[in-house]
Amino acid sequence: MLEKALSGSKTYYTLVLGLLVLIGIGFLFYLKQLDFGLGVTGMNRDVTWGFYIAQFTFLVGVAASAVMLVLPYYLHDHKEFGKMTVLGEFLAVSAVLMCLLFIIVDLGQPQRLLNVILYPTPQSMLFWDMIVLNGYLFLNIIIGWNVLSAEKEGVPPEKWLKPLIYLSIPFAVSIHTVTAFLYSGLPGRGFWLTAVLAPKFLASAFAAGPAFLILLSFILRKFTNFDVGKKPIQTLAMIVCYATIASLFLFFCEIFVTFYSQIPEHMDHKLYLFFGLDGKGALVPWMWTSLLMLISAAVLLVIPSGRKNEYVLGLACIFVFFGSWIDKGLGLISGGFIPNPLHEVNEYIPTVPEVLISLGVYAIGFLVLTILFKVVVGVKEEVRG
Amino acid sequence: MENSRRKFLKTAGYSVLGVAAGSMLIGITPRSATTAEDSSGGPKYKSRDEALKAERWGLVIDTRKITSRINRSMQRACHREHNVPDFVRKLGSKQHEIKWIWPTPFKNAFIEQDLQYISDHLKRTEIPVLCNHCNHPPCVRVCPTQATFKRESDGLVLMDYHRCIGCRFCMAGCPYGARSFNYRDPREAIEEINPDFTLRTKGVVEKCNFCAERLARGESPACVEASNGALTYGDLEDASSDIRKLLAEYHAITRKAELGTLPSVFYII
Repeated sequence: MLEKALSGSKTYYTLVLGLLVLIGIGFLFYLKQLDFGLGVTGMNRDVTWGFYIAQFTFLVGVAASAVMLVLPYYLHDHKEFGKMTVLGEFLAVSAVLMCLLFIIVDLGQPQRLLNVILYPTPQSMLFWDMIVLNGYLFLNIIIGWNVLSAEKEGVPPEKWLKPLIYLSIPFAVSIHTVTAFLYSGLPGRGFWLTAVLAPKFLASAFAAGPAFLILLSFILRKFTNFDVGKKPIQTLAMIVCYATIASLFLFFCEIFVTFYSQIPEHMDHKLYLFFGLDGKGALVPWMWTSLLMLISAAVLLVIPSGRKNEYVLGLACIFVFFGSWIDKGLGLISGGFIPNPLHEVNEYIPTVPEVLISLGVYAIGFLVLTILFKVVVGVKEEVRG
Repeated sequence: MENSRRKFLKTAGYSVLGVAAGSMLIGITPRSATTAEDSSGGPKYKSRDEALKAERWGLVIDTRKITSRINRSMQRACHREHNVPDFVRKLGSKQHEIKWIWPTPFKNAFIEQDLQYISDHLKRTEIPVLCNHCNHPPCVRVCPTQATFKRESDGLVLMDYHRCIGCRFCMAGCPYGARSFNYRDPREAIEEINPDFTLRTKGVVEKCNFCAERLARGESPACVEASNGALTYGDLEDASSDIRKLLAEYHAITRKAELGTLPSVFYII
């Protein structure tokens, strides 16, 4: 099937070439980082996780969101998702791949990575994150590829795939839960020390991931003759709508607990993010943009005529995707480290090399996504004849 | 033809078995000798006769005796002893700062305390902060490779700089900001290298080790020696030790006691 990725239109080759250039640039800067150390990034003694770990966290959500297609299709026999499910699984593959790469580029001593397996430490949440992320990656590769092969051959999928498909559902939930547990179990980090962190992660993931899938379907329809159809998109739009509202509700719960209890250690991080602290507030405009984007998206999507209009739906999906990206990809990590345990405010701003390395990782993910989607479109075209 | 191939395979098979058995014997013999002395099965090292030992090392800091001069000399002694680079002086920026012990205002060291009407002395003088060598260390809990660990023999929280993968999870886990990361090669900013202590490489975390290497030689921690009597160290489990006598006489507090980490560094206010 992979041969379908080898021949394509001029646009396809241009896209692949562009991604390869971005990968090359990112790789060169990564070599620089390997040589000099993580000092090429903007991270400091207080903000010890930055852009890389934030992207990792955001993308775990995108990966987990495949379950919003898999669950209705396989557990509830929701047939209209049939054409899209494999897209969700392949999106998960590329997203998890980016997650793993973002962890690797964040390590100070990447050549010692296998120490995590040589000295397995179950009390560390990072150990479990490694297990569920790799498990989820392989599950989705195996399931997606075999289901698509069966479709190509015109036969029903192999029977042994069923248990793997069912297993992938709790795995999807677990990857984002364990990722939230990385943060929410740390004493003395008031911003993350909340039981709603994992549910909030899941809610925003189930909003941002399907929103991205809707946008991808629009792109596929425009550039190929593969159309998933109106109905599955409308169902996904409903999922995006309620997941966005759920994540805003959980955010509101956090705001209430923090500001009604008035415990300074919990308030200060949110004050820093939304109003600035000690005269420093690099993220203030971003956080308000994110909040406004998510609220307007929820309003646009909850109105039936808005959701049914594809332009409005597209705009709302862009809002949800970038609103969640700012929330998790910028605010979540910095916000937890500022102010620091001694209540000092030292800000973090990513550097150019750091952003270019991140772009390189995103380009690898999008290259894998492009190739996998190309195969899907090719197979669907062949089957249709 | 067939016969000779079978014969060859047979000989080859026996040789492989023989080599495997031989190397297993070689591998097992010295190891079983160690397990005879040490039930844990790991390698056993004999400590020097002059080594200082405790069941749980602890430190008492008498903030009434602290002056800014003592703060400076303690930090200098510690950082020289442990090859800690001074990037603040070299680069003029705190971004890549590494510090094991440093002075900070009382309101920063004890953010959880009531700071409304603190004494003039605490307003004026900064107090030293360092790794608390917690009895329940969150940094050890989160480390994915056990590169940071609590030494069972004396309760010190130590680091294996050669195992650390540089994920910095321990830095997020530490509620005291006691850990530093080598964002670059530390050699650039070490004035004079102390050959008796390890140098770190870029990409690993480091922190105060309670001068474990000095205790092993029978010497007191460097900060205690430089503290002009403001710092007292000893065995927290030994009721007749100097620090237990101090703790019995004065009320002392620990940082962020509400987190249940049980620090081994106490402050007399």
